[in-house]
Amino acid sequence: MSGFAAAAIVVLAALPYVAPPYYVTLVLPAFAYAIALLGFNLLFGTTGLLSFGHALFVAIGAYGAAVLSSRMGVRSLEVILLASALAAVLAALPVALLSVRYVRIFFGILTLAFGMLFHSFLFKFYDLTGGDTGIRVLRPTLLGLDFKALDKTQFLTGPFYYACLVLAVVLGFVMWRIVHSPFGLQLAALRENPRKAEYLGVRVRLFRLIAFLISAFYCAIGGVILAVNTGQADPELAYWTHSGELVFMTVLGGFASFFGPVIGAFTFIFLKSELMGLTEYWRFFLGAILAIIVIAFPRGLMGLVKDGWTMLTGRARKPTETVIEPTVIKRTAIEQ
Amino acid sequence: MTSFFDVLIGGVFHACVLFLVAAGLQLVFGVQRIVNLACGSFYALGAYFGITAVNWAGAHGAPPWAFLPVLLLAGVLLAVIGPLIELLLRTVYKRDEAFQLLLTFALVLMFQDVLRFFWGANPQQLGNLSMTYGKVTLGEVSFPTYNVLVMAASLAIAVVLGLFLQRTRYGRILRATAENREMSEALGADVRWIYTTVFTLGTLLGTLGGALVVPTAAASLDMPVELVVEAFAVVVIGGLGSMRGALVGALIVGLTRAAAISFYAELEVLAIYVIVIVILVLRPAGLFGKPIE
Repeated sequence: MSGFAAAAIVVLAALPYVAPPYYVTLVLPAFAYAIALLGFNLLFGTTGLLSFGHALFVAIGAYGAAVLSSRMGVRSLEVILLASALAAVLAALPVALLSVRYVRIFFGILTLAFGMLFHSFLFKFYDLTGGDTGIRVLRPTLLGLDFKALDKTQFLTGPFYYACLVLAVVLGFVMWRIVHSPFGLQLAALRENPRKAEYLGVRVRLFRLIAFLISAFYCAIGGVILAVNTGQADPELAYWTHSGELVFMTVLGGFASFFGPVIGAFTFIFLKSELMGLTEYWRFFLGAILAIIVIAFPRGLMGLVKDGWTMLTGRARKPTETVIEPTVIKRTAIEQ
Repeated sequence: MTSFFDVLIGGVFHACVLFLVAAGLQLVFGVQRIVNLACGSFYALGAYFGITAVNWAGAHGAPPWAFLPVLLLAGVLLAVIGPLIELLLRTVYKRDEAFQLLLTFALVLMFQDVLRFFWGANPQQLGNLSMTYGKVTLGEVSFPTYNVLVMAASLAIAVVLGLFLQRTRYGRILRATAENREMSEALGADVRWIYTTVFTLGTLLGTLGGALVVPTAAASLDMPVELVVEAFAVVVIGGLGSMRGALVGALIVGLTRAAAISFYAELEVLAIYVIVIVILVLRPAGLFGKPIE
């Protein structure tokens, strides 16, 4: 696995030198979603809680970048990232405290409600949030350098691209450690059987809460990148359909695998851009693809790859990986 | 006083339409345990198809007063998509809720472009046909008779639905299946057929709601996703799976929205969702829902 990851990093690092700028700018939202979904999947894939409102935290990241850069004059990307992510964690605290009391569909509905609450705040309070047009995001500085000599595309496909790559690698590594730490294994345990996990001393609600906060942090970082890339933070980022897209990407790549969401983010971004170029009716085809994935390939692209690999080599997956594989694809016999 | 009655009438009218969609949502959730995000898409489809049907009927010499029956018929005819979509949903009945929810989300995406393909991206309206039936004047306030007819129709549907579920043999079987699927299957109920009828009925309530509302509001591509937001609020406030909950929830949401719009428009959706969250915190199962865990 680490071999593949290293190869992917090398390819991505070389990309700005070989690919046309259009494709390089496409990779930026893919980085953003990859980071956001790594956090999202700690909650969905690892902990087994499906949120239908995580676009809320992506939007907090985006609006954090917008407010800091164009209202408060803060231009340092490092400060913006940290402040927005902390703001998202603070906002996530009450949401998580209320939501983690529930599981399954009620958890999804409660998070959706909070997402819509924030969306209507962004949408309606024009004076504060700029209403439906949102707030502009000004170009940030990286490590104190403002790259005045570069135009917008050069900045985005140059220094900013590498900043995102570094962020994705570092945050991806941290998430890998979280998922494979005793904490992550306890999350997986409480997903599989909350009652048993509780008997064994797992503090179920506290752990769900912490996983929720971490996912909010990651989503906000993704939101900052998205906003800097488009130069705009708008309320659509918090809409429930955007939350749905987050789930879509995760399932497309495969929620049962660590790198699934990353694959899902890249596939989704390129698929969407290609489809939009081909037809006005790209939503229909995206929906059809989602339906096919849900019906026929619930383990997503990573599931397909793994099955293919097993068929080719005749080698089963390593037992250590099965611990992290959720069994939630089939409904459990005992409805909790 | 005038504004109070305006709010009341507007709110109740909106509540009546919301009730239809929410009742469909409740029926499908109650029996099939699926939260159908595509309920808003059925509603929008009903609205667009209603416009086409009325225009078609008008072009073929139907008198203006006939447009209400035409709309009702359009809504009922559209329910034929119900069994087709149920066939698709069948593939995921045994799966986790996350996948069922995602499949209905896929339907939302697909329907968005189906609507765009047939009716274009611009919002469509039925002119002021809703004035065909004249106005009702009550003291100082007056409102279109059409709105009263829709309220009556919605109430009638609520009563019929209630009688069907409570008093008929098939209604009892439906409720038994909602209570315990395995047991009712063991006792000989044809659950596959029940699922088909329930989903079709749910679809019908959605398309009918959309067809009835369209003379008073424009049909647009934002309609499906915006309605889901309100219909969700209704079922959460009322309690997932409860018909009485749908009725009370629809009234709360409809009146709150109407009051917010006329007094402080910024609070429209915000006010509704504050209520939703308060309810979920105090009574997570909703006002009439069965307790969870």
